Amino acid sequence: MDKYMSEEIKKHIEEGYKWGFESQVEMEEFPKGLNEDIIKLISKKKNEPEWMLDYRLQAFKKWQQMEHPKWAYFDIPKIDFQDLYYYAKPKNSKEGPKSLDDLDPELLETFEKLGIPLQEQKRISGVAIDAVFDSVSLGTTWKEDLEKVGVIFCSISEAIEKHPELVRKYMGSVVPPTDNFYAALNSAVFSDGSFVYIPKGVTCPMDLSTYFRINAKETGQFERTLIIADEGSYVNYLEGCTAPQRDENQLHAAIVEIVALKDAEVKYSTVQNWYAGDKNGKGGIYNFVTKRGLCAGKNSKISWTQVEAGSAITWKYPSCILQGENSQGAFYSVALTNNKMLADTGTKMIHIGKNTKSTIISKGISADNSENVYRGEVKVMPGAENARNFSQCDSMLIGDKCSANTFPYIDVKNPTATVEHEASTSKISADQLFYLQSRGVDAEKAISLIVNGFCKDVFKTLPLEFSVEAVKLIEMKLENSVG
Amino acid sequence: MLLKINDLHAKVEDTTILNGINLEINPGEVHAIMGPNGSGKSTLSKVISGHPDYEVIKGDIQYNINGKLASIMEQEPSERACEGIFLGFQYPVEVPGVTNINFMNEAFNALCEHQGADTMDEGAFREYVVSKLPTLNMSEDFLDRAVNEGFSGGEKKKNEILQMLLLNPRLALLDETDSGLDIDALKTVAKGVNTLKSKHNSIILVTHYQRLLDYIEPDYVHVLWKGQIIKTGDKSLALELEEKGYDWLTGEHVQ
Repeated sequence: MDKYMSEEIKKHIEEGYKWGFESQVEMEEFPKGLNEDIIKLISKKKNEPEWMLDYRLQAFKKWQQMEHPKWAYFDIPKIDFQDLYYYAKPKNSKEGPKSLDDLDPELLETFEKLGIPLQEQKRISGVAIDAVFDSVSLGTTWKEDLEKVGVIFCSISEAIEKHPELVRKYMGSVVPPTDNFYAALNSAVFSDGSFVYIPKGVTCPMDLSTYFRINAKETGQFERTLIIADEGSYVNYLEGCTAPQRDENQLHAAIVEIVALKDAEVKYSTVQNWYAGDKNGKGGIYNFVTKRGLCAGKNSKISWTQVEAGSAITWKYPSCILQGENSQGAFYSVALTNNKMLADTGTKMIHIGKNTKSTIISKGISADNSENVYRGEVKVMPGAENARNFSQCDSMLIGDKCSANTFPYIDVKNPTATVEHEASTSKISADQLFYLQSRGVDAEKAISLIVNGFCKDVFKTLPLEFSVEAVKLIEMKLENSVG
Repeated sequence: MLLKINDLHAKVEDTTILNGINLEINPGEVHAIMGPNGSGKSTLSKVISGHPDYEVIKGDIQYNINGKLASIMEQEPSERACEGIFLGFQYPVEVPGVTNINFMNEAFNALCEHQGADTMDEGAFREYVVSKLPTLNMSEDFLDRAVNEGFSGGEKKKNEILQMLLLNPRLALLDETDSGLDIDALKTVAKGVNTLKSKHNSIILVTHYQRLLDYIEPDYVHVLWKGQIIKTGDKSLALELEEKGYDWLTGEHVQ
């Protein structure tokens, strides 16, 4: 293996992160640092009602009393929270509802370069997109078409203004501000994000998608997404993220909350490709995200699918609280780390209701000098009669300087529960590579064949376009790291 | 000429295994390479295919590319395969998660691309593969299983021969393809190999026993010992070895 690696690595010394460009947009920023005044300023900028400001300030108070979590498997460099910008937006984009066609051409071009044209005539059909650039949502496509069936898809700022009753009822109901250090921080300073409401009995006529782009320097991105699926509704939601290639680290601390009421189903898919730093570990995004779904009603379903291929450090556990009877939660994950990336990711499945069911399929791939950790918790509460969980956590190592670790926590308080856990670690062996190569498949393609085979169970849960993108992304990542 | 090996010396880690191999193969010829365990038979086929664990310390391997003999020493294993060199493994490895048909299709298309021919999509390729299955008494469900995963010894060997037939190599190196096969499987595998035989395709059979040669008739038999070819003969040499063992050639008792 090493013989292959060293030569192939030499060939591919050049880093390739094609999303690493920077847009030249004049920005409006608040001063660096975090205090009550900054929070008031953010809230004021967004014309927020009093209750929203109170929510933020209370979260901030809590946050000030909290300590940075210490339980990560690896060392997380100290972050100076006073040395960050908490709000940055393109100068000539107005807050509130706006027409996408009137955007700064540089912004339109940015998204076009990312493969997400926003102008009306170029839009991708079948997918509505909310484009978030640094601290603000630039706008949402197909909005009117969605409104016709009662689907609300807009920025969270707009939702606070126009649908305060829904936001007040559900925001923080799944991830309370006190949940954890970064959730508290987000609750205090969140700038924008997406809001989705699918009314009773409606199957959302198209996929909804948010694309997060970090552009400004030294700016934290704290977006917040809230998805509410009312009784009997269905939505497929996709999330994508990229950032410019920079030498300094940037913080991304988001919250995603999903509420599924009776008979509702939400599928949430992410392809996360934040800039991961260079091969020496310089630069990259710190991705500390709290994602949680509440299966509140009977027969509700929430599934998380994630392809985590970017970020210098990833710390995230998309989870499901299975409260409703017969509700189902699923977590499908591919986490790829290369160079010096660190990823600690997994899920929590909390079984509360009777006959609840959860599935966890996690595939971790580590290459180069990276560390990849799966951390998951399956908890069956005393009332969760006949709860069932199946977990499968597989790790694959490419080369011998990387590591993979699995930390499954299982806590069963009801004797009727069935909890199954399978785990495996494999290494792409030199023999496997030689075998494929001896048939004419080159080293690069051979690795990608093996890796795609390894990830197949997860990729097949992604919507088709996303799954194609995911395969390409993984191939490209591996091209840079192993050749 | 298809293949010309000159004074080939090769080692793995610090052990020298090949000590000056000379071998010439013309199109259409079948060569059997026999010899006791540890004589370097498998190493020779791996070195020809470009296995990265083996280091060539002296000598050259030349192969006919576009009508001319050229050294292939600097070529990657996949490039050699694209030029029509095929290695049938003694122990084919399992590749979990990758289906047999997908793998074969990738390999087939890699060769097509290299040769400037049209590639085949999965549907067309499946039809092509299915047409080859009866020769090897294989059922279609093999195609949708992961490469070699959970295959029996005999199934793995058949799968190797299937790949060989699909890729139609100019030079097939079959490393102990007969080991671990019962007589029926042996006949089937031999039938597959004989299907490839033509005036354009050459075959090197690496084998311990003469048994396989009852079904695939070699033009030449070479005896390998301590990394050198110590005797070359025709088919009768194999029979003689079967009768007398290797001791009379090597001058010492071997297994």
